Amino acid sequence: MDFGLSEERRILRDTAARFIRDSYDMKTRHALAASAEGFSRDKWREFAELGLVAALLPAEVGGLGGFGEDILVVMEEIGRGLVVEPFLATAVLGGGLIAELGSEAQKAILEEVIAGTRLLAFAQGEAESRYSLSEVRTRAERRGDGWLLNGQKSVVLNGDSADLLVVSARASGAADDEAGLALFLVDAAAPGVTRRGYATVDGGHAAEVGLADVKVGEDALLGEAGQAFPAIERVVGRGLLALCAEALGTMEVCRDMTLDYLRTRKQFGVPIGKFQALQHRMVDLCLEIEQARSAVMFAAGKLEASRPERERALSAAKNLTGRVGRLVAEESIQLHGGIAMTWEYALPHFAKRLTMIDHQLGDADHHLERFIAFSQAR
Amino acid sequence: MDMTFSPEEDAFRREVRAFVKEALPSTLAAKVRTGKRLDKMDYVTWHKALNARGWLAWHWPAEQSGTGWTPVQKHIFEEECVAACAPRVVPFGLNMLGPVLIKFGSEAQKRHYLPRILSDEDWWCQGYSEPGAGSDLASLKSRAERRGDHYVVNGQKTWTTLGHYADWMFCLVKTDTSVKPQEGISFLLVDMKSPGVTVRPIVTLDGEHEVNEVFLEDVRVPLDNLVGEENKGWTCAKYLLTYERTGIAGVAFAKQSLDHLKQVARDQKKNGRPLAEDPLFAARLAEVEIDLLAMETFNLRTVSAAAAGAAPGPESSMLKIKGTVIRQQITELLRRAVGPHALPFVPEAFEEGYNEPPIGPDYAMPLARQYFNMRKLSIYGGSNEIQRNIIAKQMLRL
Repeated sequence: MDFGLSEERRILRDTAARFIRDSYDMKTRHALAASAEGFSRDKWREFAELGLVAALLPAEVGGLGGFGEDILVVMEEIGRGLVVEPFLATAVLGGGLIAELGSEAQKAILEEVIAGTRLLAFAQGEAESRYSLSEVRTRAERRGDGWLLNGQKSVVLNGDSADLLVVSARASGAADDEAGLALFLVDAAAPGVTRRGYATVDGGHAAEVGLADVKVGEDALLGEAGQAFPAIERVVGRGLLALCAEALGTMEVCRDMTLDYLRTRKQFGVPIGKFQALQHRMVDLCLEIEQARSAVMFAAGKLEASRPERERALSAAKNLTGRVGRLVAEESIQLHGGIAMTWEYALPHFAKRLTMIDHQLGDADHHLERFIAFSQAR
Repeated sequence: MDMTFSPEEDAFRREVRAFVKEALPSTLAAKVRTGKRLDKMDYVTWHKALNARGWLAWHWPAEQSGTGWTPVQKHIFEEECVAACAPRVVPFGLNMLGPVLIKFGSEAQKRHYLPRILSDEDWWCQGYSEPGAGSDLASLKSRAERRGDHYVVNGQKTWTTLGHYADWMFCLVKTDTSVKPQEGISFLLVDMKSPGVTVRPIVTLDGEHEVNEVFLEDVRVPLDNLVGEENKGWTCAKYLLTYERTGIAGVAFAKQSLDHLKQVARDQKKNGRPLAEDPLFAARLAEVEIDLLAMETFNLRTVSAAAAGAAPGPESSMLKIKGTVIRQQITELLRRAVGPHALPFVPEAFEEGYNEPPIGPDYAMPLARQYFNMRKLSIYGGSNEIQRNIIAKQMLRL
């Protein structure tokens, strides 16, 4: 038993940490978040050149790892730096689906993804699907030697800037069947694709994506038609781990900033950290962060396990991360007091990201239900 | 990162499991499982079985008849014993005094007392808390004055667990009142049969007698019964508090208790369906299960750090807080799971040989009693608030 990082992972972590520290201060980050696409393609290429995109993808497709620990190490630093570049959308979800299901020709796309020159997004959620992965109403109908796609995708993470969309659509079955789903690679500029991009409350970007009689060839189909659900679930599982790891990094920044504030802010002639009422709340925050980290490590270790074991562990991690994330966000604002209510101060931006992570790929309640279901399935 | 047990550790687990299955009488396991009251002989039976296998002093180093186990082995051992419903090893002699004697005791003290702890010849109790010294332990008032070749001890100890079974008590007493409280305390061994020692039961809120008050009136204690140096008793006390922390989270107890909760929830009915399928109850249970899953990994992280030689730090305090809260939450859900059948209070039912039919399901009667009893977890061993103070000071430097 060894909970330490291997030498390679330490180097990976230090590489990411150093780059973010040296070239990603809050001013830069806010400027990138406020730009048209919500991030910088140049910065993304720099991240890619450091191998941070490759680290999230398996060796078979030209990546450097893509194991649970790689996701953990990279995404924690992304969280620490409040990075807005599309690691989740392009590398983990979009790249992950192509790596999982792609033909040789489709996998070749990943070369450009790993180089940082092609951006992806996973167009999955719909107006009524909430966090369900199987509830898909977008239709895929066979037309000659290709497919016709019709539907509406909602809150597609980085969908406004993606060059290529991975679209989930229903080839058969009822609206919430796990069977019958298909995935398609759709050029964002294809006729019939409309996109309305917008900023998200945590400094990210997303889009509403319309598909009206979008024609794609057979070569756009990722894997087998109707059989996509298991791969979607596996890749979203990697996304859950990525979000949990990002949350851990973000929580630790909140913790360190709050601790620093308790040590330096004086009221009644003493640092406010001398007050037991605040000390005990700070202790609980630190304790719960260790709990969340433990659940996430547990999930990382189960990423290659059987479906119920894996999904149960991932849902446990996302549930606890959601609960603890909310505690950390709310408490670090409260312990800071008024200053944390300002846009100018860094802390609230971390708190906002931490809070909104709970709204991505399923919140604490969604994953509590899933944890119960998979516990019974074991 | 590797979160799996090694093949050697898995083999050790099988060895422990086989031993416990063989050595633990099924009647005793049944008593523990059903929450019956345990008497001294129950504990002695289990101690003797462990001692025969050389596994009783599993906290002691190998050269002192201990096992010399790694922190991971200790963790596995504890998990297997609890899962099989073995009684706990009574900690006062074995896990508390033993390590202190090994570290601070004279050769004569080690030679005399350690074997008698192993053989259950001497039962020990702990004389720390006093009516006026709880969380603020150093403010204790019991005094020991030198008179020739012995001390004369006067004072009162309280919350003395199993003091009514004890032959001896190790206790903290004031030997110098002119200095800072921590600097005038000594660690003394008191024969409970000495004239002037009176033990009075304290009945706890669940109607049970487990703890006592111990009155010390002009009790003569030979100078040879001083452990370590005079006025250095606080060092022994602190050592004892930080000595063995791999079990502090109580993961094994929590897991066993959660399994019990799941069984009860499957058996209880709500609207004709198992309570376990009620979404509200299932959600409450699942949240605790997730907290426990996280804490188990958190605990293994500290066990593995201890195995790598790291000294136990404030993580122990975190595990104490979280572990006790989780165990309390499980006992709370157990109490709530049985609904109105948590109400009957029939203390005789916890005696061996009670033959009346149970009121409600047989598992229901101990649950409210256990819930109230378990409120102690967040109070004893340094209350959870004291643990927060320790973390705030040592880890957060506030």
